[in-house]
Amino acid sequence: MTDPNTLSPLDLETPDKTFLDANELVINMGPQHPATHGVLRVILRLDGEKVMGLECVIGYLHRGVEKIAENRTYTMFNPYVDRMDYVAAVSNGLGYCEAVEKLLNVEAPPRAQYIRVILTELNRIASHQLWLGTHALDIGAITPLFYTFRDREEILKIFEKYCGARLTTHAFRIGGLQYEAYEGFEKDVKNFVNFVKPKIDEYEELLTTNRIWLERTKGVGKISGKDCIALGVTGPVLRASGVKWDLRKAQPYANYKNFEFEIPTGENGDTYDRYIVRMIEMRQSLRIIEQAVEGIPEGPIMAKVPKVMKPPVGEIYHSIEAPKGELGYFIVSDGSTQPYRIRVRPPSFVNLQALDLMCRGQLVADVIAVIGTLDIVLGEVDR
Amino acid sequence: MIARFRGEHGSGIEALTYLGQNYLVVDRSLIPEILHVLRDREQFDYCVDITAVHYPKREKQFDVVWVLYSFSRNERIRVKTLIADGESLPSAVPLWATANWLEREVFDMFGIKFDGHPDMKRILLPDGWKGHPLRKDYGILQQDNEWVQINLGIESGQ
Amino acid sequence: MHGFLQYIQSYLDSDKTPGGAGNIFWATVYILLVFAGLSVAVIAMNWLERKILAHMQVRLGPMRVGPHGLLQPIADAIKLLLKEDIIPAEADALVFWIAPFIVVLAAFTVFVVVPFGPTHAITDMNIGILFMLGVSSLSVLGIVTAGWASNSHYPLIGALRSSAQMVSYEVAMGLAVVSVILMTSLGPEGGTLSMIGIVQAQQAQGEWFIFKFFPLGLVGFFIFAIAMVAETNRAPFDLPEAESELTAGFHTEYSGFRWSLFFLAEYSAMIAVSSIAVTLWLGGWLRPFPNALTGPTWDLVFSLFPGITFLLLAVMCFYNTARMPKHPLFRVQTMGLAGFGVVLALIGLILFIPAVRVRVTDIYWFAAKVGAFMYLYIWYRGTFPRYRFDQLMKVGWKVLLPTGLVLLILTALVGMRTELWAELQGVWRP
Repeated sequence: MTDPNTLSPLDLETPDKTFLDANELVINMGPQHPATHGVLRVILRLDGEKVMGLECVIGYLHRGVEKIAENRTYTMFNPYVDRMDYVAAVSNGLGYCEAVEKLLNVEAPPRAQYIRVILTELNRIASHQLWLGTHALDIGAITPLFYTFRDREEILKIFEKYCGARLTTHAFRIGGLQYEAYEGFEKDVKNFVNFVKPKIDEYEELLTTNRIWLERTKGVGKISGKDCIALGVTGPVLRASGVKWDLRKAQPYANYKNFEFEIPTGENGDTYDRYIVRMIEMRQSLRIIEQAVEGIPEGPIMAKVPKVMKPPVGEIYHSIEAPKGELGYFIVSDGSTQPYRIRVRPPSFVNLQALDLMCRGQLVADVIAVIGTLDIVLGEVDR
Repeated sequence: MIARFRGEHGSGIEALTYLGQNYLVVDRSLIPEILHVLRDREQFDYCVDITAVHYPKREKQFDVVWVLYSFSRNERIRVKTLIADGESLPSAVPLWATANWLEREVFDMFGIKFDGHPDMKRILLPDGWKGHPLRKDYGILQQDNEWVQINLGIESGQ
Repeated sequence: MHGFLQYIQSYLDSDKTPGGAGNIFWATVYILLVFAGLSVAVIAMNWLERKILAHMQVRLGPMRVGPHGLLQPIADAIKLLLKEDIIPAEADALVFWIAPFIVVLAAFTVFVVVPFGPTHAITDMNIGILFMLGVSSLSVLGIVTAGWASNSHYPLIGALRSSAQMVSYEVAMGLAVVSVILMTSLGPEGGTLSMIGIVQAQQAQGEWFIFKFFPLGLVGFFIFAIAMVAETNRAPFDLPEAESELTAGFHTEYSGFRWSLFFLAEYSAMIAVSSIAVTLWLGGWLRPFPNALTGPTWDLVFSLFPGITFLLLAVMCFYNTARMPKHPLFRVQTMGLAGFGVVLALIGLILFIPAVRVRVTDIYWFAAKVGAFMYLYIWYRGTFPRYRFDQLMKVGWKVLLPTGLVLLILTALVGMRTELWAELQGVWRP
């Protein structure tokens, strides 16, 4: 099986020739570094300012989420998933609830599905906004951060009104929703859509045609679609490399098949394309929200779920398109109230593997840009 | 597809479906070949996840699971094999580069070794840590107190 | 005693700079004034930068220390002075200790020749601009020593970046400066390197050099304006201290007082290069239209500007005082803001006194032009992402340098056009 012809297209070893060479400088970036978004440690091997190779050291935020899951009931574990990708907590919750619902063989009622889609897409916009702000900050543009945070605030306000929390929302329950949409929810969402549309134009005005932004992002951190698939990279990074793949279309979950939207793709797979893809994604999310908020049906918000959840013995893998890529839950049930094993397939963790490939031959400044463009959240990388 | 597998490999392979999701239970000895065939002939070009489950009471303690996806067929499949404690598996890194960190995590959490892996060491836990936390015999409050005392200079992590 | 008074008096009657008149006493007074003025300017700049940047970024900026955060720079200064001064164990202590002083010295020494008015300069050297460029580039030395002495990776890379950057942009900067010196040589008095002489040449030739030989002067100005941002390590060329890449660049290991010296040096260097730009292209202390709008009436009108500016600032203060929340907790702040307004108004009124007015006009116009540059600096910082190092070098060597060379040749050709024309005619019709 180790036939050299079938070896992966990637050269996984850093070249040994220059190792410990006099020209080489080993720099430790992190775990406390302004641009590693939390506690990521990157060991860079530099030739001057050129990156010869790098190694990520992760695990500083490891909290043993999967172990905790084995000692909680299905319902009790629900809030924990919010703590993984804490900027897209709603998506995490959706993935988990749907996976357990599948295992229980129940389906959330249509009204709950619509509200779920609205909240998840709002969360996607919030996540992308946070990404844009911090990414631009890494590249040296400090202003977009404040613009995006100003607008993200409006989303968090809707979350807060809906479920009382802004960040770790615990918005969904297994089987549907706990809370009915509050009075004026639809109006708030519509207002937000109208509010944020010109704001996205505003971000683009600041960056899209900015010469320095173009020079800093075009051709930086290139990755081909083939390499993306080999490395399991998903989400906007994969789409920017020209692979038109989005789980919302490929294997529709929730009720995404009811909505019209497009999957943006890039051509070059560089940082600029990823930026453009995410900008379009925000607009597409707005489109979905607009359709969903028009079509919220009346009806119950909770399916019939047993008080004590004892899914039958079996295994399930369910994945959704989180803002960062494919977020999967692999749940093994042994028929008791507690999951026998929950495995989370975190998009950030897998995407981070591509950092080495994307940074080789680039400059130190590009490492920062690439870490930003991968849109990793360390809480999810380490779990 | 399954029929063809059956024809080629005989009894070591079992195809099952649960809740509309297909999975293969494959004998340990057939794993390298099956994974290879799945990637090259059946076009499962994307390795979604590699993970394991621990059943301490069984003779073969571990389930190791590969979740694969094919872009061209838009289809998922899970490959599962049973191995005993201390047994190792061939690494899937040459097939899917993404297996690198995933296998390291399985090693970190369960202590299952993958042969031919370029850099088989812990990934989330610190290098000198003792024990593999996702095994069922590892308590939820358990810690490597020795490591904590030496490296953090505190009596206990709790 | 009488002799000493006469010594002091004698300068006031002369129309030279203290250095030019060889008057040590007044030179000392001027030095102290410039030093104090600069320190105040840096403090004001600190507050303004935070406030302006904040308002560009839809936030408020400092609001807690004093009304609208007016006392924030002072609070910061106290904090910095009281902070522990850390010298890393592995650092080269002596060099580490000296480096910030070199930077500050270089940044402040250049102000010896900056002309705030025809007589308002500490001295007027005949090689003024050369002196300025020379001394200001000394700060590279301080930065490199700081980075090296820290004995740490990030400062070292920051220092290397900084030195490479400053050296490469100095070339383009020098070319732009030389083109201005060529322009001065066209006047009746001939070419000069003296800062005062350059402004006087603009007066004599009847236009600011930015408009001279349009668009040549403008191009030169732009080259300088870009190079000076790079020279002072400010955004978008702030790579030596790019916080997302190098933590804080060459001053990563510095803290407290020593760090504040770097801060002081950075801001005074910004003011210094802006003053060069103002002197060379924007007519230095000259008020707008010095040749078109002449006569005592216009002189009077333009000399009223300083007072009016301060009164406007005072009005702004009073307006905001009125808008302060009416809450007992805000009483002190409201009073403070009103008091600040009163001080500004008083300064404004003092500036209307004829004796003061005449002396201050030049300084006012100079400061106003420099202030415009300071605003630009802040504006850049608010809008631009950061260049990457190779791109920065590319801009320096592949764009600015060739443009500067072409500019220099064109300026020479256009300046000599009448002579050249005569020569050509001589060739064709012997």
